[in-house]
Amino acid sequence: MMNSSLAQLGAALRAKKISSVELTQLYLDRIARLNPSLNAYITVNPEMSLAQARAADQRIAADKNEALTGIPLAQKDIFCAKGWLTTCGSKMLHNFVSPYDAHVIEQFNRAGAVNLGKTNMDEFAMGSSNETSHYGPVKNPWDTARVPGGSSGGTAAAVAARLCAAATGTDTGGSIRQPAALCGISGLKPTYGVCSRYGMIAFASSLDQAGPMARSAEDLALMLNVMSGFDERDSTSLQRDKEDYARDLNKPLKGLRIGLPKEFFAEGMGRDVAQAIDAAIAEYKKLGATIVEISLPNSRLSVPVYYVLAPAEASSNLSRFDGVRYGYRAKDYSDLTDMYEKSRAEGFGAEVKRRIMIGTYVLSHGYYDAYYIKAQRIRRLIAQDFVEAYKKCDVIMGPTSPSTAFKLGEKGDDPVQMYLSDIYTIAVNLAGLPGMSIPCGFGANDMPVGLQIIGNYFDEARMLNVAHQYQLATDWHSRAPAGV
Amino acid sequence: MSLSTDDLKKVASLARLAMSEAEISATHAQMTGIFGLIAEMQAVDTNGVEPMPHAQELTQRLREDKVTETNQREAFQAIAPQVERGLYLVPQVIE
Repeated sequence: MMNSSLAQLGAALRAKKISSVELTQLYLDRIARLNPSLNAYITVNPEMSLAQARAADQRIAADKNEALTGIPLAQKDIFCAKGWLTTCGSKMLHNFVSPYDAHVIEQFNRAGAVNLGKTNMDEFAMGSSNETSHYGPVKNPWDTARVPGGSSGGTAAAVAARLCAAATGTDTGGSIRQPAALCGISGLKPTYGVCSRYGMIAFASSLDQAGPMARSAEDLALMLNVMSGFDERDSTSLQRDKEDYARDLNKPLKGLRIGLPKEFFAEGMGRDVAQAIDAAIAEYKKLGATIVEISLPNSRLSVPVYYVLAPAEASSNLSRFDGVRYGYRAKDYSDLTDMYEKSRAEGFGAEVKRRIMIGTYVLSHGYYDAYYIKAQRIRRLIAQDFVEAYKKCDVIMGPTSPSTAFKLGEKGDDPVQMYLSDIYTIAVNLAGLPGMSIPCGFGANDMPVGLQIIGNYFDEARMLNVAHQYQLATDWHSRAPAGV
Repeated sequence: MSLSTDDLKKVASLARLAMSEAEISATHAQMTGIFGLIAEMQAVDTNGVEPMPHAQELTQRLREDKVTETNQREAFQAIAPQVERGLYLVPQVIE
């Protein structure tokens, strides 16, 4: 049951081979057994999960079920869910029981899915290893001495360890794709604006995008069908017709033009990662694709640009945490300013404070043009590179991450080294394009390697097709860590 | 760029973050490294390139000025650090 696809679980529920309550209990038991060593979940609430499961069973009995009705999913702890503790990985929100639902949560509730709990994450989604979480680091199920990646590391570990059928993540600079790669699962960051940001705690609003993480492309399609959709409460939500992201899964790949950016295959990528990526490209050739060399000359600037723009937006977004209306307030303070300064100093962790400081600095008088506006100009150059590239190809492929999962604590003291682990993913967010990662083999120490697939705007259905056809021909995506 | 510890103290104050001397000096070392990375931007010729503030070229969507949410003051104040008679309490700011 734990290795069944979402479609198979849905069929089993419809055929009454298992009830949603039974299935939910199965996952809750697994969480109780495995979560103490993995720390993938911050919050579980069996009572609330089982109440949703009972409602789903009634809905199935009344023949009113949809694709995900009764299926137990996990939600990244960045999504506000009514009645659920929603911490965003921070001490700042250690007591924040959300009074409302994010749009994404509403969509899952409408579909009758079961929420198993809230998954661990880097604090305010700022991190690439899950080590900045106030609730302790998540362990990679393939090797518990290693990181799961971040910031959606709890979700990635939960999916890989079969502690949920599928789950949500968010991706500002690679936070869905990089942990998916490091944990050997599939993850998709849609085109900016496809999923509403309403109720998704903001980090960098011009880059943040929610997306699904699951064990296969087919499962991602079903998840995205539910998560996506226009929402007027997010001013950047796109007004587009609802689409079926599973519609093209079975199309053959003959004639597909795959662009390989020469910059992604230059220095920097580990040899073990390069071997797995090369093998995946060879497999795509067998499936009928042709390879085109392309160039993204400005992509090397994506890390510096990102570390101006994302902290700038974060410093503004996180000004709302002031110890007044919700969240953490310091115990002792002398006046209002002191209360703000101490609440924020005690409530935020080191990485979050560092980014607020960078952001405040680059937005301050005298530096705004040299950093913030300069970064926005280069952002356009980076985006234009992709426009040129897509004149020659249908999808772009390359590594998701330069290395496989590194050890806990390995990059702890050097933020720059940590930032560089997102070198292949960040440009996609800056351009607003959709990107995904699928498992394509194993590298050093038998850790999973992820293949990144970057699509043109709104080309998610084609990307899922491209990923699904590969997953029909290979079995990397169905491998499970030992002891799971 | 040379960022002094005095600059950082000013930034910490603007960001409303209480920081000890030790934190300032640790942050200083790390931010110097990060701005070393960021400095790569300065070599790029961006003359005539329009800034790109957002991923989608959209105009702001407008809506009618009407009430869409119901009042949930009690639910929202139930999670506040300190409230009294429907008001959020903060240290006194006016003598």
